[in-house]
Amino acid sequence: MEFFEVISARFNYWVYVIIMMIGLYAMITKTNMVKKLIGMSVFQTAIILFYVSIGVKDGATIPILYHDQVHAGHHHDGHGEDAHHGPTESHGPSHGDNHETEEFGYPTRHAPDVVVDGDDFANPLVHVLMLTAIVVGVSTLGVGLAITQKIHREFGTIEENEIHDMIKSGK
Amino acid sequence: MIEQAPALILLIPFFAAIIVALAGIRLKSVCFPLTVISMAASVLSGIAILAQVVNDGVIRYRLGGWEPPMGIEFRIDALGALVALAVSVVGLLTAIYSKRQVPEETPDKVSQYYTLYLLLMTGLIGMVITGDAFNLFVLIEVSALTSYALIAMGPRRATLAAYKYVIMGTIGASFYLLGVGYLYIKTGSLNMFDIHEQLIARGIFDSTAILVAFILITVGVWIKMAFFPLHAWLPNSYAYAPTTSSAVLGPLVTKVMIYVMIRLTFTVFGADYTFGKLDWSGIVVWMSVAAILVGSISALAQTDLRKMLAFLIIAEVGYMVGGVWLADDMGLIGAIYHIIADAFMTLCVFLFAGIIFAKTGKRDLNAMDGLFTKMPLTMVGLLVGAFSLIGIPPTAGFFSKWYLIQGGVASGSWEYVIALLVSSLINAVLFFRIIEIAYFGVKPAEGHDDHHHGEAEDSGPSEASFSMLLPLLATAAILIGLGIYNRDIVAIISDFVSQFNFGAISR
Amino acid sequence: MVTAVLADYRGYDTMFETVVIFTAGIAIISILRRFTSADADSGSEKVYEKRPDLIVDTTCRLMIPIIQLFALYVIAHGHHSPGGGFQGGVIFGASFILIALSRDLQAANKWVPEQRVLNLAGVGILIYAGFGLASMFLGQNFLDYAILHKIMPASPIEARYHSMLGVEIGVAFTVTAIMYSIYSNLASKGTMKEGL
Repeated sequence: MEFFEVISARFNYWVYVIIMMIGLYAMITKTNMVKKLIGMSVFQTAIILFYVSIGVKDGATIPILYHDQVHAGHHHDGHGEDAHHGPTESHGPSHGDNHETEEFGYPTRHAPDVVVDGDDFANPLVHVLMLTAIVVGVSTLGVGLAITQKIHREFGTIEENEIHDMIKSGK
Repeated sequence: MIEQAPALILLIPFFAAIIVALAGIRLKSVCFPLTVISMAASVLSGIAILAQVVNDGVIRYRLGGWEPPMGIEFRIDALGALVALAVSVVGLLTAIYSKRQVPEETPDKVSQYYTLYLLLMTGLIGMVITGDAFNLFVLIEVSALTSYALIAMGPRRATLAAYKYVIMGTIGASFYLLGVGYLYIKTGSLNMFDIHEQLIARGIFDSTAILVAFILITVGVWIKMAFFPLHAWLPNSYAYAPTTSSAVLGPLVTKVMIYVMIRLTFTVFGADYTFGKLDWSGIVVWMSVAAILVGSISALAQTDLRKMLAFLIIAEVGYMVGGVWLADDMGLIGAIYHIIADAFMTLCVFLFAGIIFAKTGKRDLNAMDGLFTKMPLTMVGLLVGAFSLIGIPPTAGFFSKWYLIQGGVASGSWEYVIALLVSSLINAVLFFRIIEIAYFGVKPAEGHDDHHHGEAEDSGPSEASFSMLLPLLATAAILIGLGIYNRDIVAIISDFVSQFNFGAISR
Repeated sequence: MVTAVLADYRGYDTMFETVVIFTAGIAIISILRRFTSADADSGSEKVYEKRPDLIVDTTCRLMIPIIQLFALYVIAHGHHSPGGGFQGGVIFGASFILIALSRDLQAANKWVPEQRVLNLAGVGILIYAGFGLASMFLGQNFLDYAILHKIMPASPIEARYHSMLGVEIGVAFTVTAIMYSIYSNLASKGTMKEGL
């Protein structure tokens, strides 16, 4: 079962490559401008999926510190920082509130010393990066659609081959 | 205040953009002065940064007070300071040029135009000074979005070209993002300098993931810089866009992407890896030879002035990519010097083309009919730009070609040297054709007599207005100045290049 | 945690993300809108009175305030639960789009006319960058929130905490405004007369 080994161990890579190729195919071969933009959106979604899949860790939960966790005041041991088993390797910053106390030397009120184990949480950094990437994707899609509408207003059609014929013959 | 200069060079255009967006719709008259003032302040900050880098070394400005690699930092070394200063100066000159053009070409959207212009400047300067790989992606997208809109505001064919640019630009930026993702998986860091240290510390240069990351990032950046064969979006976009847009986009976008390529190839992956392990210099130099030749020959075939200049940009990109990948000291010095010189050369010729279009309304080469007598100062500007593109001393173009040829000879890439010389010849043919039409008039119609021609058409264009002429002549002066002072600039650049120690790379 | 990384460690990235969406809004306005009098070129200018459908109208009237309230909740709770400025801003913008969908684009334009949208967007970014500038004026680098404890009644750590909330509010303003602006421009093909 070598073959299944290869697929299941790198499952997230296979999925994102397939989706990305579908998007790229649409962008390149379709002649309708809106379809190309849909392909672009699919293409960007594949990349977002890939990034989020990197942040997964075995047995980890979502990267949210609940209210009672932060203010509970009991200590866990150790910061876990190294990556572990699984096909993905990820190294996220681990958070502990007590980092910030020493950093500036300001007089502070007593901040509760909570130490959390980085291993328990999925990597938040990739989620942050992908929030940005989603926003960028939406903006590009918006601008692309606006350009398509303007082309429709000026040329009367949104099929690329028809527009090329128009330019070659009449303009 | 001075130590905040790295942030100010970016923040001043940024705030100006927001203020123009808010106030500009009601008070149209505030857009232009605000743009010029903010770009001037940006130039001053750029000078301050350059002085600081030359005296003190690399500037590291931490944003948000967090230490890298957790936080984001600005990392400005000699290369970054020079390019940032060049970008802001080009921005200032084009902003002055835009005074008459923008209200003429896009009359109802003046404030939006200037907002997008200032945001473009913010994005470009930010790209040059950042030290973080993901931040670079966000800024690539900021400048890309603004450039899509700046191009699409033009007439019919410009919108179509902008669409193609959207598609190809997004593919390029997404490949870059993928590459950064692979690097992040392997090194756990997003800070460019730190990625390099992690790569060395973990010793993973042999892994396929790093190879794939390198390929993805390089191809992504090549798409965005219009390196042959991925250049299809460029000629139409810059040919049909509003004149100010092509004047600001043409010199800057491709050059900043070349800076990004240098930064990623050398600072992130390291010269050892790029030229030692992956011995691709040969292939890439051949590709750049193809780029130079295709660009130059296609330029010969054009009758539309700005399209011809756009193809020249493609050839120039070929020079620079070839220079970087020669794996040689002089080649890299030449390429970096050429980034700065070419920004001004391209600005000069695009400003000239814009003036011609504004004054005569014609797009083709025959618009230059007898202009030597009617617009002498404009022609002087063109002459300096043309000489620089051909490579005649003492303009900057000569010296950059000189360094590049030295690099080509030293590394044994004779094909590159021959391509450089051939393209100089082709540029000479192109520009002497223009100069001939401008001096002697169009041949078949009027004959060769000067004064006949001058009397036959007495309603010719008058000299360009001050706001359009000043940037053109200033650019011409800068080109000559860059040429004369090339030793000082090259001294700064060679400090930067010497850290890569090309001689010690095992081939 | 995600918000802490988003607004604090990588606050500079988030500022530019906000700039990206602002740029998209301005870009779409500049591409599609025609402010000259050539705007009235649509021949089919029959402005028919669309009587809003009873069920749709009533449902939306009930839902929209709740949606907006939920959006504010999402913005404010970005620290403790999934949420934040972007998410809340999109929900808030969606409430305006719902007005436009259920009734008419003109009805929604009464709530958010074009100039107000741009003002809102600009103010949002100015809030974000204003926090950064305030840090610069107080002596530290751009976007260093900790120093703001001098003007806020809080310790440096809490100053970061509150600044993150302030910054997220700025982001929410911008996202709300631009979401609606993108929709109204794309739906009306730049004329702002008739929507979908």
